This record gives sequence, C-alpha cells and structure tokens, in this order.
Amino acid sequence: MDFNYTEEQLALQDTLRRFIARDYAFEHRRALAKSADGFDRQAWKTFADFGILALPFPEEFGGISEHGGNAVDTMLVMEMLGRGLALEPYVPTVVLCGGLIRDAGSSAQKEALLPAIAGGELMLALAHFEPGARYELDHVATTATAKGSGWQLDGAKAVVLGAPSADKLIVSARDGKEISLFLIDAKAPGVTLRAYPTQDGARAADIKLANVTVGADALIGTAGGALPIVERALDYANAALCAEAVGIMSALNEVTLEYLKTRKQFGVPIGKFQALQHRMADMVIATEQARSMATLAAVRVDSRDAAERSRSVAATKAYVTQSARLVGQQAVQLHGGMGVVDELNVAHYFKRLTMIGLTFGDADYHLGKFSDSLLAA
Amino acid sequence: MDLNFTAEEQSFREDVRRFLRAKLPAEISRKVLGGKRLEKDDFVRWQQILHAQGWGAVGWPTAFGGTGWNAVQQHIFDEECSDAGAPLQLPFGLKMVAPVIMAFGNPAQQQRFLPRIIDGSDWWCQGYSEPGSGSDLASLKMRAVRVNSPEGDHYVVNGQKTWNTLGQYADWIFCLVRTSTEGRQQEGISFLLIDMKTPGITVRPIIMLDGEHEINEVWFEDVRVPVQNLIGEENKGWTYAKFLLGHERTGIAGVGRSKRELKKLKEIARKETANGRPLIEDQRFRDRIAQVELELMALEITNLRVISAEGEKKLAPGPEASILKIKGSEIQQMLTELQMQALGHYALPWIEEALDAAWTGDALMEAYADHAAPLSGRYFNFRKTTIYGGSNEIQKNIISQMILGL
Ligand SMILES: Cc1cc2nc3c(=O)[nH]c(=O)nc-3n(C[C@H](O)[C@H](O)[C@H](O)COP(=O)(O)OP(=O)(O)OC[C@H]3O[C@@H](n4cnc5c(N)ncnc54)[C@H](O)[C@@H]3O)c2cc1C
Repeated sequence: MDFNYTEEQLALQDTLRRFIARDYAFEHRRALAKSADGFDRQAWKTFADFGILALPFPEEFGGISEHGGNAVDTMLVMEMLGRGLALEPYVPTVVLCGGLIRDAGSSAQKEALLPAIAGGELMLALAHFEPGARYELDHVATTATAKGSGWQLDGAKAVVLGAPSADKLIVSARDGKEISLFLIDAKAPGVTLRAYPTQDGARAADIKLANVTVGADALIGTAGGALPIVERALDYANAALCAEAVGIMSALNEVTLEYLKTRKQFGVPIGKFQALQHRMADMVIATEQARSMATLAAVRVDSRDAAERSRSVAATKAYVTQSARLVGQQAVQLHGGMGVVDELNVAHYFKRLTMIGLTFGDADYHLGKFSDSLLAA
Repeated sequence: MDLNFTAEEQSFREDVRRFLRAKLPAEISRKVLGGKRLEKDDFVRWQQILHAQGWGAVGWPTAFGGTGWNAVQQHIFDEECSDAGAPLQLPFGLKMVAPVIMAFGNPAQQQRFLPRIIDGSDWWCQGYSEPGSGSDLASLKMRAVRVNSPEGDHYVVNGQKTWNTLGQYADWIFCLVRTSTEGRQQEGISFLLIDMKTPGITVRPIIMLDGEHEINEVWFEDVRVPVQNLIGEENKGWTYAKFLLGHERTGIAGVGRSKRELKKLKEIARKETANGRPLIEDQRFRDRIAQVELELMALEITNLRVISAEGEKKLAPGPEASILKIKGSEIQQMLTELQMQALGHYALPWIEEALDAAWTGDALMEAYADHAAPLSGRYFNFRKTTIYGGSNEIQKNIISQMILGL
C-alpha cells in the first residue's frame, strides 16, 4: 500500500492551489456566478495550459501521459476545484463526456474530440436523464428512429449539467427496446435549450429534441450498448464529485475553525464552548472518513471489474454525501446568522455540497445500490 | 386523561373552517400553498380581514381587543389557518412588542400602539441583535443618551442593529438600547420604540443564501427618540425582554405549518417516481417521511400538554419553551430537506421568477419545474430556524444550566 502522491501529482496540486488563491478568489467567483456564461472562459484556457483538461486522456489523443492520467489525478484536481468552488464545467466536459468517449468512442471520434477537449476548444454535456426518470439509468423515453443511414431523435432531457456552454451533446435515445448514444451538435436544428442557473451557481438546461437528424457516424459505442457505457462514465463522475466534496469539506472546516477562534460571545471565542468543540470534532472526523472513501473510489473506479467499480463508487457516494450533509449543515449552524448570508463563502460551500448530493444519485439511491450488491455477493 | 377534542372544540374548529373558506383570499392562499413569495400587502390584507372578524389578535386579552380564546382554541385556529394556506401572522407586533406594551407600557402607549397593531396599520420589526451581540444579547452596545430639552426630552440613539426580519417594510422598530454602562450589562439596557421614519435611520438589505431579501441591517445616527417612547423604566429593558421570551409558548413549535408541509411532502412523494413507481412506495424514502411524522406527532402532543398546563396556570417556568423551539425548528428543517430530497435532481434549477405569484411554470421547461422550482431554495433558507430566536445551542444551555442546574 502507498498513500502518497507522486512528485508530479504534488506539483499539480500546488499549481492549482496557487491558481485558486490568486485568480479565483471568492469575490471573483461570486461575480462569475452572476455573469451570462456563469464561469470563467479565461480560467478554462488556463486549465488547458495546466494540462488538466487532458488529464484522463492517453497521449495519442492530446493527453499528457502514455495511458492518460488515472482517477487519482482527477481526485486531486477535483479537491482543488472544490476548494475554489470552480464553476467551469470540468465534470461534464472532461470527466463525464471525455471519459465516455475515451472508453467507448471510435478512433475517429477520439481523434476528433479528445484533443479538442484537451486544448480547451470543445465543451460537452451528457444529456441522459429525463423528466420523471429520477436517478434510474434505464429510464429513457427519448426515441431514435432509423432514417436513411442515420437516425431521427425526439424527446426531452432534464437538468443537463453544462449544457448551456456545450458545443456538442451526448444524447441517449431508445431504438425500439435498446438504448444508444448519439453525438449531436448543441445547435442542430430541432434542439431547444432552456438554460438556467442551478442552486449552486452552475449552469444547466432542459432540452427538447424534435426531429433532430443525425448521421450514422453520430453513434457512440454499439447500437443498443449505451447502459454500461453511461454507468461507467457516471461512476467516474461520481468519484470526481466525491473528491470535490472532500475538498469543500476541508475548506469549510478551515473557515469554521477560524470562526470558532475569532468570533467572541460572552467574552470568549465561541470555540471555548464544549458543545461547539465536539461539533467541530465531528466535522473533522466526518471529513477524514469521507476522504478515505473518496480515495477508495478513485482507486477502484479504474478497476476492470464493473461490479466492483460500481459497488465502490456507490458506497463512496452514499457515505460522502452523508458526511457532506453533516459538515455543511454544521458549518452554517456554527456561523450563526453569518452562515445564511450570500456574502460569505460558507453558504456557497454548503449549497454546492448539497447539490453534489443530489447529482447522479443521492445518498439513498447509492446506499440502495450498495445494499442490493450485498445480495449478489 | 382524554386526548380528544371536546364537542365544543370541534364545533369551534368548524367555525374557523367556515370563516377561512369564506374570507381567505384565494390569491393569497395559492401563494402560501405554492411556496411563493408573499408581499407586504398580503400580510396586511390578511390581518385586516382577521381584524374585521374580531380575530386580529387571538392571544390577546379581550380588554385590548383580543379573542380571549383559551390555548386549545388558539392551537386549533393556528392549525386550520396553516392548513388553509393563510399567511403567518408575523409575530413582531402581535406576539412580541404588544405583550410588553400591555404588561409594562403606560395607558397612553397602550392606546397609541395596540389598536394600530391589531388592525394592521403598523408594521413592526425587532431590533435586538447587533453584529457583536447575537447569542450574547446582553452585551449590546447601541447607545441611547437622554437629553433634556425645551422642545421635549428625548434620547439620542447611535449604533447598529442587524438581522432585522422584514425591516424593509417596518413603520416601527422595538429596540434594546444601552442607557448605562455601569454595573452588570443586563442592568444598563432599556426598551425603546422607534419610528422608522425618524431622520438618521438607514435600512440596508442583507441578501440570504437563497437570494431572497428577508433580513436587514438598520443603522442609527443621532436618531432622536422622544422619552414618551420608552417602555417602563430606564435600565429595566432586559427584564421586559426576558418576559417576552418566556411569555410566548403557543406558536413557537409551528405545529400547524409543519403539518401542512408534511402533507405537501407526501404530495410530492406521490408525484415523483422512483423505479417507475410513485416515490412514496419506495420503502427507504417512505420510512423517512414516517420518521418525521413520528417527531411531529410527539411534538403536537407536547405542545398541547404545555399550552393546556399554561391555560390552567399550572406552569412554573420550565424548559417547555426551549423544547418547543428546538423540536419545532428541527422538524421544519427535516421537512424542507425531505421535500428537496423527494425532488431529487429536479431541485437543482434555480428559477428566480418561480417565487413570483404570476409564475405558473415555463413553457420551455419540463413539467417537473411547476412544483419543484418554487420549493428548491427553501431547504437553504430554513437553516435559519435553528439559528434565530435563540439558537438551538443556546436553548440547550437554558435546559441544561438554568433548568437542570448543571
Ligand atoms: C433569518 C434570521 C432572522 C433574524 N431575525 C431577527 C430579528 O428580526 N431581530 C433580531 O433582533 N434578530 C434577528 N435574528 C438574529 C438572531 O437572533 C441571531 O442570529 C442569533 O441570536 C444568533 O446570533 P449570531 O448570529 O450573532 O450568532 P453567534 O451568537 O455568534 O453564534 C454562533 C454560533 O455559536 C453558538 N453559540 C454561541 N454562544 C454559545 C454558547 N454559550 N454555548 C454554545 N454555543 C454557543 C451559536 O449557537 C451559533 O451556533 C435573525 C437571524 C436570522 C438568521
């Protein structure tokens, strides 16, 4: 066993930490959340320069190492992006869609898309979940009807993260019984977006597809083979979100600890009150436990054994979400009135943690998934 | 022992229901039940309607225009109003400053202020907290210096209050101010009523984490307040403030509103689906609903026990108010959290206009948004309930130190 980061990993972590401190201060982030794009295009270019947009891709497709970075690299990046509450659509574009194309795309697709993602020129979003689907992966009512050598897509998608800035969408649709994935242009005729901010300041959209025609080359993976591909990509995304949550939780613990030491009531710092000391201790314990689980997920998500991979990610997402709930709620509580104002980062960390918990399966969904896996064992 | 309502109480309930059916404006109840933003006018209009019925201040003695209802009747009234979607009668005038004016104000103050509270003419806000004095309220610093002058004796007030709920609408603010820095902190505090239109007062909004403007900072710069606006004696304000805290037990548990929100939670859980079935059929989620319902059942009976004992004047000062505050706020938070969880990722969109009464959905958005969007931010907003009104940590200190003697 080895729990240490490599030299390169530590260097990357350091670079990102400095970037967040210098170029991504909270006030800047607040302004970004209210801007039209909802994120910083300049930061995206910087991410390309840092190489993190290329992180999970092999060298031949614009990546930085022979086989591409592993999920531990992604974990480290996500922790830092979490600290900065970065609004850039890193998970939708790089982790989710980039990972999906890396694992299931044809050579032509990989050549066309991955280097463009790596270079910061292309953004993607996964349009999979639908109204009424909740978190069920196979609930897809959007249809793919064979038309000429290609397909026609019709249907509706809900809360597609990163869609407003996406150049292309990966859409799941059902052809008879089976579900397939298609790459479409976000501006293709027949695609209507209703874009909106999410509770945590990011951007998403509901999407309507009406008579959207695509060629044969739009298919990703095999016809009817979408589910295992989507599941794997979402496992990567969830592992990344858990790492982001851990980054946020450590940052929240730091600001809360600082507050306990500086805020005075009854003539003493409130950190002198034992009730709050114990609460703070619980927050630190929860964060360390969550960090352990996020590490486990980062290592196991690269596993070739799909059952093991999914089971570990489900366990992690359930556990980290529960820890994040405790840390987020208590950080707000210990700040008193200052915890519920828009002006401080505390509430924004809390909101982001909460939204992570609702994205790609909540704690109950993942606990259920893990719990069901006990029957299979 | 009998946990049933008597026949008279049942028929009282029917009267309240009939009244609500006839008089509660539909455009107001639609807002309340749909989780929409209420305007000042909604609160005022409802207060006027209640006042016209003679029900403007259910907790007041009849001498001041109250109903004289007993605690159980007040509970029934609260439950029915909540269920029907009536706006909350804001506590600041009716339940906070009015009892203090009745108990410690002089007849002139009572005649001047109470009728305008009960008929909805004056909007009151509470000016206790300061940036440096939240839980430790007695450390407050806002200064009031008495000046005797030929134009009339007055106080000159300087300092800052904060977190004032709906102070942006207020005609009046009741403040704890420092009139002496000698002796114990508690002994240098006075209770002042201040007209918000007085020169030198500035109200600045504080935007909350859900993006809403519900609280404010209020700054005072050489604000002249006539001595006629002092309640009781100078430097006795702390006693009056404490009286207020211990006085009001009915209502703080919020049982009526929580029952309504529980009902709403079940509605959402019937509408949303999991695995192709209504979410409420999902055992894991249904158990969560069941658990909060147990909490609420217990609280309802605790609440009734407390207020009945109070009615019979059997109640020594005890931990009751703190128990009701702690459990009531925790349940409100559980309910908003479960409503959000029931919505799942459909709670992510932040549709700013969804809180407007006119918003009934968005043609470009999927149908889930109609019910999800107005509710989405409430979980965040409701974190306030364990912080304000004496934080839950402070309530537990009261129980453990003042009541249990630890
Ligand atoms: C939405 C909202 C509306 C409000 N409306 C009003 C209003 O209309 N008028 C008004 O006057 N005030 C209002 N308040 C203020 C409210 O009463 C205070 O926020 C509250 O008293 C806590 O004070 P604080 O925010 O300064 O937190 P602090 O007192 O600084 O507390 C910070 C943390 O320390 C804890 N703590 C403090 N002392 C102890 C102790 N001895 N033991 C253990 N834990 C302790 C607290 O519980 C909290 O978790 C409102 C607040 C909010 C959030």
